[in-house]
Amino acid sequence: MLGALIIVFREVIEAGLIVGIALAVTRGVRGSRQWIAGGVLAGVVGALLVAGFAEQLSAAMAGRGQELFNASVLGLAVAMLAWHNVWMARHGRELARELSDVGRAVASGDKTFLALGVVVGVAVLREGAEVALFLYGILISGESGLDVIVGGFAGLGLGALVSFLTFYGLVTIPPRRLFAVTSVLVTLLAGGLAAQGAAFLQQAGVVTALSQTLWDTSAILPDNSLFGRVLHTLIGYSDQPSALQGVAYVATILAIVVTTKFSAPPPRPTASISAPAE
Amino acid sequence: MTMFGAKLFVGAVVGAALLVGSALAEDAGLSLSIQDHRFSPVEIRAPANTAITLTVKNLDKSPEEFESKPLRVEKVIAGGAEATIHIRPLSPGKYRFFGDYHEATAVGFLIVE
Repeated sequence: MLGALIIVFREVIEAGLIVGIALAVTRGVRGSRQWIAGGVLAGVVGALLVAGFAEQLSAAMAGRGQELFNASVLGLAVAMLAWHNVWMARHGRELARELSDVGRAVASGDKTFLALGVVVGVAVLREGAEVALFLYGILISGESGLDVIVGGFAGLGLGALVSFLTFYGLVTIPPRRLFAVTSVLVTLLAGGLAAQGAAFLQQAGVVTALSQTLWDTSAILPDNSLFGRVLHTLIGYSDQPSALQGVAYVATILAIVVTTKFSAPPPRPTASISAPAE
Repeated sequence: MTMFGAKLFVGAVVGAALLVGSALAEDAGLSLSIQDHRFSPVEIRAPANTAITLTVKNLDKSPEEFESKPLRVEKVIAGGAEATIHIRPLSPGKYRFFGDYHEATAVGFLIVE
């Protein structure tokens, strides 16, 4: 039972942290919760579908379907996070100023909430598919019975708790600072997801260059330990990254930082200029 | 400017994807099966500095995730299914792999020499 709890919790914690961050990012904006909830729901449905078609997915594209699917899904999440950050650079200031007056923020914020909804959905999709497969495997092999299922669901519950703790931890930061903190978090998150995507491309044999290992810290902080997992999700920590993963990580962060700089309005715009037209 | 920024970013991503080349060299082919949540054989051998194509057959009804940190592999194999795993050229050594869903029993090693 404990084993099942740990395995499920380990998978759920990744999605849970991302949900917590997304909730904090859109904090106080009416309507944003629906996007996040919609993302979670779509992710769960998608996860069940992916788990159900795991065999077909795995066999697709000359046995590379699973890796290419994972890589594309991660790429999508990275693009959505980048978009969100760029959008925040333009509108974060107004959003912080008008946090109490949520009406306008919602009108101009819908698109980026969709982006965050997609990010959440994709995270739930990936981790959820693994959890579904694991629990399904236990169900059909009938090896350990009910208490493993109970353990699995306890793990699920604990994972959900992590997202709430993340959320409440983040929302204790004052709103004005919160946007700065979350945009850093989102950028690092995107870098980490890009590095994971790069690993899947290498695993599929699509990319063979830069496969040497950058460092090995698995003896100090293994990334399948609890703390390693959390760091893995939050900043993209890996105990044995390939050079390509390093390149993907740094390149993604640079791309987002540079794009955000270009998109940010001049330091002191007057209110009338920054009125959203979208 | 946002749209330009977004396009710039998407362009960079697409460009990077196009640059991705696939150098197809000769692979060493290996195979392995999973039964009763155990690998068979437990140890497999491969030549050094050669890309490896590993075929894993899951003879169990339940799915398994073939995973290895040093090999950098993480792949779900459905019950009764077969998966192909691509492994980069390796230097001599002993590389551990395991079944993530049954780590207590499903453990094996790839010996590169």
